Amino acid sequence: MALDFEELLRFVDTVLTANEGDHFTTLGIRPEYVERHRVGMSMSYSDTLIGDPDTGVIHGGAITALLDTCCGFAAATVLVDLAMTPTIDLRIDYMRAATPGQTVYADAEVYRVTESVIFARALAHHGDREKPIASAVGNFFRMELALFTDMRREFRAAQKLKQSGQKSRGSDNE
Amino acid sequence: MNDLELHQLINRVPYAQTLGIQVGGENDCFLLPTKKSNIGNPTLPALHGGAIAGFMELSAMMYVLRHSNSEKFPKVVDFAVDYVRAGKYVATHSRCKLVYLGRRMINVSISAWQEDEAAPIAMARAQFLVKE
Repeated sequence: MALDFEELLRFVDTVLTANEGDHFTTLGIRPEYVERHRVGMSMSYSDTLIGDPDTGVIHGGAITALLDTCCGFAAATVLVDLAMTPTIDLRIDYMRAATPGQTVYADAEVYRVTESVIFARALAHHGDREKPIASAVGNFFRMELALFTDMRREFRAAQKLKQSGQKSRGSDNE
Repeated sequence: MNDLELHQLINRVPYAQTLGIQVGGENDCFLLPTKKSNIGNPTLPALHGGAIAGFMELSAMMYVLRHSNSEKFPKVVDFAVDYVRAGKYVATHSRCKLVYLGRRMINVSISAWQEDEAAPIAMARAQFLVKE
């Protein structure tokens, strides 16, 4: 069985945006692209993320959360089916302060896959990768896919419901 | 910086408000009460790893301010975290330790735990750059 990347993108989008008020929506993290070994995400500037009230610069913690999330889902792109890959450890190097008012982008890639561990790294920037705000390297745990059977079933059932809902709404308009 | 000043500072930092961090009862400890906006997995429910890391990083920053005369935020150069247990949706504590205090660099180690300090959920370290 091979991973369906369109379905994975919908899954990532659901995790990031479906639960209003959780940490993902609080930070405003959104998916940009999902492909094998690579995931891109963005985080819009928000006053609620400011770490230094004198400058308006967002706190490193928010960037850590963005890079952790982005690396984690990049790790999930190497699996054969939808599953989560918990973070084992993560290191962030801060290279320059984020610019107030600007969206932060993250690009993550997997550089090594083993039986139990997936190795990933990522860069946070404002659109120019030559001017990184921070870089991250993290290791992620490859768990048994069977542990996520219920999660997959629930996600697919919800997707089916959503699709049939869209179809019936579509036919009402015809 | 004393506890009152630190408390006032936390009130001025929006990200600290977003997480809900508080100065802990014990010296060098901080508290993260349960808050819906820190949840990463609603089914378990579990805290977002990024919220735990953010809490630890912010704890280290507050700890540096508590032990310095400066009111300027120390700059984080790098931060590393090891996650060892899932962060349940309960109150989380952190304790900071000064590993190295130099003229320009400060190294802080941070542990985070929930019910039992002897069973931490994450261990982290942060390197700060301070300007004289």
